[in-house]
Amino acid sequence: MGSDYAIEADDLRRTYRARTGWLKPTRTEVEAVRGVTFEVGRGELFGLLGPNGAGKTTTIKMLNTLLIPTSGTARVGGFDVVKQTKQVRRRIGYVFGGDRGLYDRLSALDNLRYFAELYGVAPREQKRRIAELLDLVGLAGRERERVEGYSRGMRQRLHIARGLLHSPDVLFLDEPSIGVDPVAARELRRTVGDLAATGTTVLLTTHYMAEADELCDRIAVISDGCIQALGTPAELRKHADGFRVVEVEAYGVPDTAVDTLRGLPGVRETAVEVKGALQLLTVHSDAHVDVQGDVLRELAGIRLGRVNSREPTLEDAYVAIVSAA
Amino acid sequence: MSTLRLLLVGTLLHAKQISRSPFEVAIALVVPVVQATLAVYLFRSGGEQHRLLEAAVGAGVMGVWSSVLFGSGGAIQNQRWQGTLEMIMMAPRRPALVILPITIATGITGTYALLATLAWGRLLYGIRLDFAHPVAFVVAAVVCVVGLGMFGLLLAATFVLMRNANALANTLEYPVWLVSGMLVPITVLPAWTVPVAAILPTTWGARALREATSGGPVWPSVALCLGISLICLLVGFLVMGRVERRARAAATLALA
Repeated sequence: MGSDYAIEADDLRRTYRARTGWLKPTRTEVEAVRGVTFEVGRGELFGLLGPNGAGKTTTIKMLNTLLIPTSGTARVGGFDVVKQTKQVRRRIGYVFGGDRGLYDRLSALDNLRYFAELYGVAPREQKRRIAELLDLVGLAGRERERVEGYSRGMRQRLHIARGLLHSPDVLFLDEPSIGVDPVAARELRRTVGDLAATGTTVLLTTHYMAEADELCDRIAVISDGCIQALGTPAELRKHADGFRVVEVEAYGVPDTAVDTLRGLPGVRETAVEVKGALQLLTVHSDAHVDVQGDVLRELAGIRLGRVNSREPTLEDAYVAIVSAA
Repeated sequence: MSTLRLLLVGTLLHAKQISRSPFEVAIALVVPVVQATLAVYLFRSGGEQHRLLEAAVGAGVMGVWSSVLFGSGGAIQNQRWQGTLEMIMMAPRRPALVILPITIATGITGTYALLATLAWGRLLYGIRLDFAHPVAFVVAAVVCVVGLGMFGLLLAATFVLMRNANALANTLEYPVWLVSGMLVPITVLPAWTVPVAAILPTTWGARALREATSGGPVWPSVALCLGISLICLLVGFLVMGRVERRARAAATLALA
């Protein structure tokens, strides 16, 4: 690679235009990415975090040549993603989460053979490479079964094997652990970590903070199409410096009570996560203000479970960054 | 060599994928019976008993055309639904080389329609399979199938660009049946259809098969079918590159 960076994005923008209706056509425009700039060093494991619709997948698709940016430039391995598409494609792998992206009625072996041909893996290399990857992702022995009979985790592992067939310099992983069970997710993290350790540059998008915290050298938090914060996990955690977090498990908290909590002196953010009958109430406050007593007083009469006051995590920092956007 | 391997492996795997679809299998079983029946009753009522084989061949070509048309459109749309269109289009290959195996695979699976229509015609209606030029018939059938596969590449270019590819496929099926003279002689159609028919490889493919069945100069029609198909292939190669770029600009490779 000629460039110092594996990935360079400079003021990338992407607008989706759609037209609906024939007689009275309505045109809509959605600005999915609004000026994203970042660089990823060679061999770096870089995370792109953000809520749904933040622009993560659009950014990845512009970098891996599937979408042409509306404006701005991007280079992968020193090659322009619009003008030098073929050179970029030879050097990248793309893996996304979910059930799609494979030929279901074919076997894993057929899928891998086909993609090995598409990516120009030399015929004498194919057998060895496919066997090596099947071993790596734990599908050896199941490769002749049709993909339609695979579990979500197995499909995800096959996706990864497919993405690695041509030994790419840069691997784009778009929410690879979505819907995967915890044991399979841990295996996946280990595989991704090993890849980065052997020099593959990885750009990972995920919703799981723990995953990003464990794996990524640096993380960019993207929201509303813009990068809101960028740094190492430790640096990002500083966005929650001066915060304290109170977590309360409760049952039947009315919206009005949550609004009242938001108005308490020292409270910066409140969030409610519903887990069945249980509501997990998270209150971010200034570290020097003890809000726990006030919170419990406001929730008097409501059935409560565990109450916990703790230091902020990367997830809290992420919530603080996204909420401030 | 690498390109040939890609075309061969791609065609085999896509043919395998298409032939394992329960929907495709059901269509392949039912449609030839319907088409054979249609052809036989049409020609019987017209008092042309002696031309029943010709009718069955025409109906078989209709089946190949439907397979290529819906195969090309349907395969591209299916790939879009199953998320594989993006994966194959981002391979470091010319877009046409990625799509051509799909359209040739649809032509190959369409061969079944031709054979099955003849078989059903023989079994159900006792049509005698006496071909005037049997060897020429086999050559014409191969050229017709490969030619339609190449024509399919040109169609597929449109399907890559359009999210609702099936709508276009639906509107093209019957007009091409009619204009190409697969079942009804071109001579009974309005004069303005003649130039349209002349540039369609389906017209010459159907004519070659008809001439091989009932007698006539087969080879000029075979040559014209092949020639027009090669032009379609060339244009398809040129167009597909541009279409792929437009699809990336318009974001139509994925569902949304």
